[in-house]
Amino acid sequence: MPLIDLANPTRFLNLSGKLLPWLAAATAIAFAVGSVQVAGAPDDYQQGATAKIMFVHVPNAWLAMFVWVVMSAAALGTLVWRHPLADVAAKAAAPLGAAFTFIALVTGSLWGRPMWGTYWVWDARLTSVLVLFLMYLGLIALWRTVDDPSRAGRAAAILTLVGAINLPIIKFSVDWWNTLHQPASVFRAGGPTMSASFLVPLLVMALAFTLLFLTLHLAAMRNEILRRRVRTLQMMQAQSAVGA
Amino acid sequence: MDLGPYAAFILAAYGIAALVVAALVAWVLIDNAAQRRMLRDLEARGVSRRSDERKAAS
Repeated sequence: MPLIDLANPTRFLNLSGKLLPWLAAATAIAFAVGSVQVAGAPDDYQQGATAKIMFVHVPNAWLAMFVWVVMSAAALGTLVWRHPLADVAAKAAAPLGAAFTFIALVTGSLWGRPMWGTYWVWDARLTSVLVLFLMYLGLIALWRTVDDPSRAGRAAAILTLVGAINLPIIKFSVDWWNTLHQPASVFRAGGPTMSASFLVPLLVMALAFTLLFLTLHLAAMRNEILRRRVRTLQMMQAQSAVGA
Repeated sequence: MDLGPYAAFILAAYGIAALVVAALVAWVLIDNAAQRRMLRDLEARGVSRRSDERKAAS
């Protein structure tokens, strides 16, 4: 099937309806395998069992940025190609991105208290991720403020692309500034510094959370398409009531 | 499994993550049911999209 066929919302609903149960099953299996791996992971020689927080904190921190990348690609789809599903994809992704960022912030805070002696510090990594969270909330508010979905979509697309500047700041904040947060230990030039006993559960949990995002994103996109159909029908009903 | 002296922090981290994920799943399911209910109500009142009317006529 050519990619352009997916531009048709009805075709997208049909295809995603077939795909969703498989994605949901794959997500459940990945979480089951991940949970076993996390339970079997050894304690860290310095941090003890507290290192287990990493298996939920790091995947959500990655997803917090990944979802904004997805929204930026959708924003290009809205502004450049005017793809009918682009702003549907962006709008559906924003609450998911906000939730993943929230989990990353809270679990990081709960990890920081026993390891750093504080829940929060205004260092560059933590502050830039908090800014990302606030930008997600701003986008959600923007979509709720503007009634017309296409106008809201264009405004949100511009804001999303401007906000993408924050992504390299988050990624390289630990290199550019002296931060309490540790530098990258998986995605780095010299390869991961982590032993396989931690890296494997981390990657399985990252896969599980990514599958969760894909499943929820498809489901939320379907809901948004239905919401727009409801809106169209309500407008048609209102017009016929005025005309009668 | 012994989680050591900071077990409360570890359990709180996993508990909050599980709650947020459960809330996301509930949001998607409840929203889907609400949109489908509104579509059914509108269609029951005879309001339908032109493309659906064309499909029904052909």
